[in-house]
Amino acid sequence: MQALYAQLLVGLINGSFYALLSLGLAVIFGMLNIINFAHGALYMMGAFVAYFLLNLGGINYWWALIIAPVVVGIFGMILERTMLQWLAGLDHLYGLLLTFGIALIVQGVFQNYFGSSGLPYSIPDQLKGGVNLGFMFLPVYRGWVVVFSLVVCLATWFLIEKTQLGAYLRAATENPTLVRAFGINVPRMITLTYGLGVGLAALAGVLSAPINQVRPLMGADLIIVVFAVVVIGGMGSIMGSIITGFALGVIEGLTKYFYPEASNTVVFVLMVVVLLVKPTGLTGRAA
Amino acid sequence: MKNTISALLLGTAIALSVASIASADDKVVKIGVLSDQSGLYADLAGPGSTLAAQMAIEDSGLKAKGWTIDLISGDHQNKPDIGTTIARQWFDVDKVDTVVDVPNSGVALAVNNVVKEKNGVYINSGAATSDLTNAQCSPNTVHWTYDTYMLAHATGQALVKAGGDTWFFLTADYAFGAALERDTTAVVTANGGKVVGGVKHPLNTADFSSFLLQAQASKAKIIGLANAGGDTTNSIKQAAEFGIVKGGQKLAALLLFLTDVKAIGLETAQGLNFTETFYWDLNDNTRAFSKRFSARMKNSAPPTMVQAGVYAGLMHYFKALEALGGNPHDGAKVVAKMKTIPTDDPLFGKGEIEANGRVTHDAYLFEVKKPSESKGPWDFYKLVGTVPGSQAFTPLDKSTCALLKK
Repeated sequence: MQALYAQLLVGLINGSFYALLSLGLAVIFGMLNIINFAHGALYMMGAFVAYFLLNLGGINYWWALIIAPVVVGIFGMILERTMLQWLAGLDHLYGLLLTFGIALIVQGVFQNYFGSSGLPYSIPDQLKGGVNLGFMFLPVYRGWVVVFSLVVCLATWFLIEKTQLGAYLRAATENPTLVRAFGINVPRMITLTYGLGVGLAALAGVLSAPINQVRPLMGADLIIVVFAVVVIGGMGSIMGSIITGFALGVIEGLTKYFYPEASNTVVFVLMVVVLLVKPTGLTGRAA
Repeated sequence: MKNTISALLLGTAIALSVASIASADDKVVKIGVLSDQSGLYADLAGPGSTLAAQMAIEDSGLKAKGWTIDLISGDHQNKPDIGTTIARQWFDVDKVDTVVDVPNSGVALAVNNVVKEKNGVYINSGAATSDLTNAQCSPNTVHWTYDTYMLAHATGQALVKAGGDTWFFLTADYAFGAALERDTTAVVTANGGKVVGGVKHPLNTADFSSFLLQAQASKAKIIGLANAGGDTTNSIKQAAEFGIVKGGQKLAALLLFLTDVKAIGLETAQGLNFTETFYWDLNDNTRAFSKRFSARMKNSAPPTMVQAGVYAGLMHYFKALEALGGNPHDGAKVVAKMKTIPTDDPLFGKGEIEANGRVTHDAYLFEVKKPSESKGPWDFYKLVGTVPGSQAFTPLDKSTCALLKK
């Protein structure tokens, strides 16, 4: 039973990454109607920016948490301005293919220069060590990841669902012409939204840098699972993606305990089941 | 009449082609480096293996003696089906004679069958499974650098003797992990130890915390990592995070490469014990080769033991070609010739190729240095002990290879 508690907690930690990433995807899909396959590559870039900041500039983890999402966010906004915006109104497939191509290029460039086995990034001194919870030894850093990503997820949800700015955003996706008539710069809002979604990916990248290796394919390995999370939660649903992210982390953690061989397929099995029973996802609205 | 003419033509054609194969001055060979070029094993083999092969061709001096040696490379993406497809195409279309490297035991075993069927030469350096020279041995195969038996015996025995008598395995869920766990278990139990449990994880796993918690709960003294590459680095890094080593359990990285240590960082990796058959800073010969090698590597990395094995294996292959004088296309014949020549090269020292295809050479027990002891960007290992080649690998009387039962 003690082992079970531990696995639940560990699942929650993985769930925080799923939640942060699927949240970014949901924001981008909900507001821009783009299936952002470059999300994993941007997550990886976040981790690399943190690595560069530390090793080239001596800038620590805490600053990286702020700087990396901004830097990668700006990169994302440039992508949106120069490429993605021309795909507005076209079939989803075009955006998917374009972002997939971008992901391959970005990963290829990083792999060319940094190899595949990755670079070390150590846990910041303030978060080293762990706490003995009785049923398990919880590394402080992991606890921090869960709390921090929960806060970020809820703040993003609040921003989009409960504030004036969020209301403009949602209105702009619903009827851009009308919103523009009110004097709001819709293209700029869309660019900023893409930047926000990308920034969330980069933030997850920085959070994961001390846990996993900083390596070019770290995002490629994760993104497929995250897409499954988004599909299960319902495309475009903010709260849905947060809850599903955490829940699937837990389910995956339990699978690792009861039947480890299936741990990297369980998410997809669930996805198939959900698609069969409720094709719009658990919290999705019908299109 | 028509039939006679076509029969005649056919006969001439066959005679001509036989003549061209049999011509004494056929000194053309093509070598294919089949590796993981972009995945989790790309740094320890991959492009570095191709460079090692290139250097072997240049250093052999065969070109000056009238030989033409071509080199191509392929990416098997760690998938046996892709590996065998490439190998088949190489033999059938590209007229490749020799396949080298092939990390990933699953792919290596699959390619082993193709090379045997096509009667090519197979010099495997990258794969670990000892099955290549046991149950699945082939007259066309030479297994160069290391294998699971060697890893299990050198590292496993040393740890059990040092008091690590209870083991828990974290095993990569494919041919390699299974072979390494099997061979290590045999060593542990033979030396009076006990395996208290284990967990099989999928290849290329990012998060090991669930598995590590199970290992922690098992209270085993040694946690044996029967995995490789990125899986091993992640296991070790996260084990440190969960305070496993501080809690008194010891990690046994059964297979650890230079590039893995680089990726983990000395801070976390220090004190790990493991076995390799090559290290760039071992002696003057290895240092000289490594200097030339890293000067041509994109990230200036010195060679790993797999890349060194590609070089050494090909150098030995070239010796056999020279001894044969030409006609290098009968794979089994070339490998038989390779077996008659004792191995002796600057990187692995003296050894021999046994009848089952296993190359024996010394194996070294290393310990990862403390950050304070490291003097350069790749100065990672301390030599702790040497296992002589005659003892490091499967003794012939224990090998299950069918070639030995003639």
